[in-house]
Amino acid sequence: MAYTKRFDGRKLDELRPIQAKVGVIPNADGSALFGQGDTIAIAAVYGPKILNPKHQQNPEKGVLRVHYNMLSFSVGERIKPGVSRRSQEISKVTEWALTPLVMLDELPGTVIDIHINILQANAGTRCAGINAAAMALAHAGIPMKEMISAVAIGSMGGTITTDISKEEEDYEEDGEKAATDIPMTFLSNSEKITLLQLDGAIPAKKLKEALEAGKEACKKINEYQKKALKEYK
Amino acid sequence: MTYKVMKKNVMKAIAAGKRLDSRELFEQREIEVKFGVSNKAEGSVSVKMGKTEVVCGIKMGVAEPYTDHENEGTMMTSLELTPMSSPDFEYGQPSIQAVETARIIDRGIRESGFIDFKKLCIKEGEKVWSIFIDLATINDDGNLIDAGALAALLALRVARFPVYDEKKEKIEFGEFTDKKLPLNVDKMPVTLTFFKIGDSLFFDPTREEEDACDGRLTMEISKPGKEEMINAMQKGGEACLTIDDVEKMVEEGTKAHKKLSNLIETEVEKAEKSEKHGKKK
Repeated sequence: MAYTKRFDGRKLDELRPIQAKVGVIPNADGSALFGQGDTIAIAAVYGPKILNPKHQQNPEKGVLRVHYNMLSFSVGERIKPGVSRRSQEISKVTEWALTPLVMLDELPGTVIDIHINILQANAGTRCAGINAAAMALAHAGIPMKEMISAVAIGSMGGTITTDISKEEEDYEEDGEKAATDIPMTFLSNSEKITLLQLDGAIPAKKLKEALEAGKEACKKINEYQKKALKEYK
Repeated sequence: MTYKVMKKNVMKAIAAGKRLDSRELFEQREIEVKFGVSNKAEGSVSVKMGKTEVVCGIKMGVAEPYTDHENEGTMMTSLELTPMSSPDFEYGQPSIQAVETARIIDRGIRESGFIDFKKLCIKEGEKVWSIFIDLATINDDGNLIDAGALAALLALRVARFPVYDEKKEKIEFGEFTDKKLPLNVDKMPVTLTFFKIGDSLFFDPTREEEDACDGRLTMEISKPGKEEMINAMQKGGEACLTIDDVEKMVEEGTKAHKKLSNLIETEVEKAEKSEKHGKKK
């Protein structure tokens, strides 16, 4: 049976309800909260500041460091606090996703630290984290070339579905896992991809459709991010 | 400074559609496979791609299943970037490169359904087989993700269960059965990593080429039926990709998938023949 009706009644290309707020951590130079449905991420930016120890400095350009962390109570069964192989990887791909949009050439010898914490997880945490981090960077007044938005597109037994939930991630057909999870980012102006991951099984011919759906969804998310930044006082 | 000069050279060559070693953009280096590099392992292989060499050993264990998959065996993939294989690798905690590479290789195998985890169950909720896919670099000349993934597939294909003593609840390591691992061979995923420099794409880089690149996208492709499926993807590095870039990779990836899966079948067949021959003696 094809997946035509979503578990939560959304249209196939519909995002979950979004909450976006800037300035949630007074100590940080920039901060933001981004929620997509039950997934909530907060991000804080500290910097640019002088990078110590000195030998880690890059005399030609600034360095971006991302620390992604899922809080131990953010999921069903408690996860062990601290760094895991998964969180290390997500930190790294997030770093690669965000680095192209920051004008690091203007900030030699410095570091910008981005801390992402997941309060509540219901799929798409790395995307919510990136959406929050992008807003936090803008809030910190870091020179940026363009904005970035992230979304997880799903292929539910071949049906392209936008912003999938945990329930959808676990979707099965005939007792077999039938959901493919494809987190991706699009830059707001150049419409280029800086993060792309996939796990599951999608016909190679369907990939383009998924990317196009992601592009449209990211345009919508970008509007929420801009609105929150404009509303911040 | 050598690095910047090298990057320029690589960029110039690739932009002109050539490689420093005169290969085409989508041409693999020669692949050399040698099975049985360790007779202690349940399955082992060495894979060379040009000057890159990676070894893989499969080890089996018996463990408790995860609480959310009580009737399924487990699998773990790890990679050691040995200091022996490159001046760039150091002792200590696994680097992010090692962690990421192992996770990419793990994901393709897991998501494709290549391993039938339910058949690794010994007693539901209590005892299951665990498969350890352990990889180590012998010489690093680029493209470690693809070389490692290929080694993992080949080692899994030739691995045999060790003898398990039910009464003592102990594995008799070093004694092997004839029983192969429960694999869905038709779902075998082939891993291909595409690299981007400037606006050009290519695959199977040497270390110099890889270091000069702006980024990469790994695709793990299987063909369980008539059409190719993508089971895993991972973008690495700071490069920006366009939708057209990804389309081009899908096109080249499906072509290369065919070649590589043929190579795997040929090598496995050769290994199985020589094994039978050996037994007759």
